[in-house]
Amino acid sequence: MLGQNEKAPEFSLHAQDFNPVSLSDFKGRKNVVLLFYPADWSPVCGDEIAVFSAMKSIFDKEDAVLLGISVDSRFCHKAYTDAHQVRFPLLADFHPKAAVAQSYGVYNEQTGYCKRALFLIDKEGIINWAYLSPDEINPGADGVLDALGKLNGSNS
Amino acid sequence: MSVQLKPEVGGQDHTRGNKKAQLEIVEYGDFQCPACGDAEPLLEEMMDQFNAVLSLTFRNFPLKDAHEFAYGAALAAEAAGKQGKYWEMHDLLFSNQDRLDELHLISLAEKIGLDTAVFEQDLRSRDTVEKIEADFESGARSGVNGTPTFFVNGTRFDGGAADLYQIIKENATID
Repeated sequence: MLGQNEKAPEFSLHAQDFNPVSLSDFKGRKNVVLLFYPADWSPVCGDEIAVFSAMKSIFDKEDAVLLGISVDSRFCHKAYTDAHQVRFPLLADFHPKAAVAQSYGVYNEQTGYCKRALFLIDKEGIINWAYLSPDEINPGADGVLDALGKLNGSNS
Repeated sequence: MSVQLKPEVGGQDHTRGNKKAQLEIVEYGDFQCPACGDAEPLLEEMMDQFNAVLSLTFRNFPLKDAHEFAYGAALAAEAAGKQGKYWEMHDLLFSNQDRLDELHLISLAEKIGLDTAVFEQDLRSRDTVEKIEADFESGARSGVNGTPTFFVNGTRFDGGAADLYQIIKENATID
């Protein structure tokens, strides 16, 4: 798994609205929080997505965008977000399968899903903070908000 | 690393039970969340049984994207609190989880004898909204990862109400 001070690998993936989203879209403009999670529709992930979605205004305030990434296809993300209000893009790391998760070192070869991990990437595209959570535990946002606060503090 | 409650329980909170409790429990909850509703009878039983050693604080963590009426219900509880009836409303909301639209909120307010004109005003007041936002942000910064999330003496407890009850049964000493 990649860690602090490493360059965040570039990606371009489709979101639930079928538009492509690239890491470089935010370069020089926004901090990026990547939220890798195993799957749409699974119980812990559903909670994690709902909780982070509800926190979107806090991330807005901290000058950060949230991007969810799983190996589900864009059609699956669309069905999921049609059924559940989600205020941030869910990206499809579907083809070639889990290429982005692999580049960040958070693909679980055994299960075929992404691990549950958070990355904070600064505006220069450098990983500022990273965290791997056990699959069955939604990590919560305390760690990433802490790191964001420090990152924003050091830049101001 | 354990996850810590920020800020600690204080005057801004709604707390019942023994204020100088040996075990200080904080629940981040959502009035429309079925899991919070399921936890409620267990929490009540726990409070009855271990009243001498427990306190229970409720903080708002409405998942408004998942639960349409959660935010309004949180406002109703805070508005009732302004008339000194926070817990009466809290309990009623959980026992009426499937009817939390505004008309029903007002009928619940009537039921517990609130001045409904004042109640309706407080539902829309800025400081009621700010209390909920502050609760929510404190939850986000404390690592709340779903509802309900419990903290015991300031540390996140990774389990549900039944697990919590079990631990308390095993550890609480009653004189």
